[in-house]
Amino acid sequence: MKASEIQALLDEPACSHNKKEKSGCAKPKPGATAGGCSFDGAQIALLPIADVAHIVHGPIACAGSSWDNRGTRSSGATLYRIGMTTDLSETDVVMGRGEKRLFHAIKQAIDSYSPAAVFVYNTCVTALIGDDVEAVCRASTERSGIPVVPVDAAGFYGTKNLGNRLAGEAMFKHVIGTAEPAPAAPRADGLPTYDVNLIGEYNIAGEFWHVAPLFDELGLRILCTLSGDSRFHEVQTMHRARVNMVVCAKALLNVARKMEDSFGIPFFEGSFYGVQDVSNALRDFARLIGDPDLTARTEAVIAREEARAHAALEPWRARLKDKRVLLYTGGVKSWSIVSALQDLGLKVVATGTNKSTEEDKARIRELMGEETKMITDGSPKALLATYHEYQADILIAGGRNLYTALKARIPFLDINQEREFGYAGYSGMVELARQLALSMESPVWQAVRKPAPWAKQSGPGSVLAA
Amino acid sequence: MAEIVQSKKALAVNPLKVSQPIGASLAFLGLARSLPLMHGSQGCTAFGKVFFVRHFREPIPLQTTAMDQVSTIMGADENIIEALRTLSDKSKPDIIGLVTTGLSETQGTDIRRALRDFRTAHPEFAHVAVVPVNTPDYVGCLESGYALAIESLIETLVPESNCVGKRPKQVNVLASAMLTPGDIEAIKEWVEAFGLRPIVVPDIGDSLDGHLVEAETSSLTLGGTPRSEIEIMGESTASLVVGPSLNKAADILKKRTGVPDYRFAGLLGLDDCDAFTQALAEISGKPVPAKVERHRAQLQDAMVDCHFMVGFARVALAADPDLLGMQVRFLTGMGAEVVSAVSPHKHESLASLPIEKVVIGDLEDMEKQARAADAQFIIANSHAAETAHRLGLPLLRAGFPQYDHVGGYARTWVGYRGTRQALFDLANLMLGQHHELEPYRSIYWAADRDELGAGKQHVLSSSATGLVH
Repeated sequence: MKASEIQALLDEPACSHNKKEKSGCAKPKPGATAGGCSFDGAQIALLPIADVAHIVHGPIACAGSSWDNRGTRSSGATLYRIGMTTDLSETDVVMGRGEKRLFHAIKQAIDSYSPAAVFVYNTCVTALIGDDVEAVCRASTERSGIPVVPVDAAGFYGTKNLGNRLAGEAMFKHVIGTAEPAPAAPRADGLPTYDVNLIGEYNIAGEFWHVAPLFDELGLRILCTLSGDSRFHEVQTMHRARVNMVVCAKALLNVARKMEDSFGIPFFEGSFYGVQDVSNALRDFARLIGDPDLTARTEAVIAREEARAHAALEPWRARLKDKRVLLYTGGVKSWSIVSALQDLGLKVVATGTNKSTEEDKARIRELMGEETKMITDGSPKALLATYHEYQADILIAGGRNLYTALKARIPFLDINQEREFGYAGYSGMVELARQLALSMESPVWQAVRKPAPWAKQSGPGSVLAA
Repeated sequence: MAEIVQSKKALAVNPLKVSQPIGASLAFLGLARSLPLMHGSQGCTAFGKVFFVRHFREPIPLQTTAMDQVSTIMGADENIIEALRTLSDKSKPDIIGLVTTGLSETQGTDIRRALRDFRTAHPEFAHVAVVPVNTPDYVGCLESGYALAIESLIETLVPESNCVGKRPKQVNVLASAMLTPGDIEAIKEWVEAFGLRPIVVPDIGDSLDGHLVEAETSSLTLGGTPRSEIEIMGESTASLVVGPSLNKAADILKKRTGVPDYRFAGLLGLDDCDAFTQALAEISGKPVPAKVERHRAQLQDAMVDCHFMVGFARVALAADPDLLGMQVRFLTGMGAEVVSAVSPHKHESLASLPIEKVVIGDLEDMEKQARAADAQFIIANSHAAETAHRLGLPLLRAGFPQYDHVGGYARTWVGYRGTRQALFDLANLMLGQHHELEPYRSIYWAADRDELGAGKQHVLSSSATGLVH
């Protein structure tokens, strides 16, 4: 991949980061960098497509420590959970046998697993030795008749976020628009069906299944979710949707924007976390589709679901009321989760804004008031200092900070992709409330803070000078 | 003698292999106030970090030289120097493990030269030890990368000396990657039972055992072998080397210090444990403590009890060479039949195993063999959970990674007591899936034989009682 192509991707015009400094796209600093690479991001974005054989082309490192690692769930096909890699040897690298090996590997995958398609992920070593992955994919497609799609996102190209975009780019270039959807069967209730896509929804822990029934009820057929619980054929047909919803932050914004440019499909950004956000998302679909009857039915569903959710949340509200939360997560989640938490009666005392745009920040101020502490330093030390200073009761963050919290003996809730519980949708909120209460009310915190009966009085809380 | 068969596939399916840089990093995580630094793109480190965090359920210090497009093409020596400077300055480690990756090796990096440049440019950090290790991803596996790190560690930090036995009670223990923190703890107790003082290198039993400390955060390892201890390994009376993968490291240590060594392929099973105990008795000149004798007798009792279940059991195994070898010898020693033994990497020690063949391959290879030979249980890492599910077999988790259950890192396999527990667990896995015989119904029985009387109500199905006598 050329540097200019990467630059073009970093300049996503629909991205609101583009208007201000690009804090999320800064050059990584040797010895002081956290976070994944582009390959990681590309794999995360596409791996949930369940009937595809995902082949990692490179030495063992890239697949060996990452396969079968995601919390995403499939309702049927499980091929995506089979780890596949060309596992290049020294001879392959030195003698330039990578391409040949890849060609045979693709054939082997097709022969033994009959996938709907094969995705080939380029990695650092194969990019550096100049394997022409695209040519091998083309040849394999011709030979087998099965689509073989190159995903050129080697690790050294940049960050995980860039990898998300490269993955989106590969889908737009090679897959979207290559097949037509079957027409929806007429509904028994006679209502019309509108086709929509979700972009950037990954069905973590199966959480989208909380929301999906509402789409069916309203007559919104999800042509494709890019990429939670999706199938290759569905990705091919995405160009026929009436509306696109961009679910997870900025990661796959490029796909939505390009589909708007090429196919005239309008898109909106939203979230399925929090009662209010789910309702807003449903409203936005109705608004962009522009059918007054759909709008009316949507409002009815929202009223019913909100009433149900509020009733279910009532017992939890009392337990969670006025508890103080330190939230550390990036981008859109920083405000979308805030509203969900406030809705439960919690006080968000500080939030991370590292990956947030100016608009995100304005939104946070609007929601939480001018007093809100915005955290940019996400180091464990800084997070814990803020936690203590603002007398928080729980840290809500990504899995990376899980042990930061637990080692400091403070309650923690995982909000990112590796988590085990689904929080999306109206019923997901109840699970979120339950998990919050469970974490904060657990008797273990007292137990692990208690000094041994024979110990001199000194509690935990110091920070090792290191 | 086992035949070593290389799997001939172009595509590795459900890989068993974990890369060398991960193994090398693990070795440095067992040293005190230490920090592994991977020379590669940031993803190499991020994946490694997640890998260890999920296995040990601990925060893991691990850094990267963060190679990007420009430094990949134009040279990344500057990245190494900047990373070493930043870490020395900010985290103040005793030891930094400088570990290469597939990317930097393909680029052709010379980490030793970069390290010399760092020393010249930053004399103020001369006190920070930096241990360079070349671990390309496209060679070896976790275990071999770990061994390479120990070799370089000894070359870098153990001075050449001639004072064997200056500390008569001190013994070195070189611990293979197959040993868990629980294993290391057990080994230390074993050695200490003979009045000896072990220096375990590396000591993940002290750094990755999972313990809460007062400090809330640290950017370095908490616990592990102190650098000062590594530097006095030449004054020990003997070295105990556990795991064939460390043979070369043991050679280097012996050559530099002259300390005589005792080498063990593993510490699981009666024979392994006896050899180790015998060595400790020789080194210390003390009789075997009564407590150890008792543990040995307990193991023998368990062997008798469990041979009904474990004997003749058909087992499928997949692990790095040291662990695979240790398990194979243990299981065949109990009379079990190893129907599949798969290793991701070839090591000379595999050829001497008392089974027909060892396949160098992946979990798909094991799955096929296990299905063909009607295996009864599997011993492998967490990735084999899906395999086991497809085969309908129980899985005993061993090796790296173990992310889908708690406490795998803490498990003690080695020693008389560890072996006894392993036996109990295997026997229970067999009992849990014991199928009763299909009853025979005589042609002379009346059709309504079971319809009569109240006796029917009393018949409760008894699962797995048949084997317990």
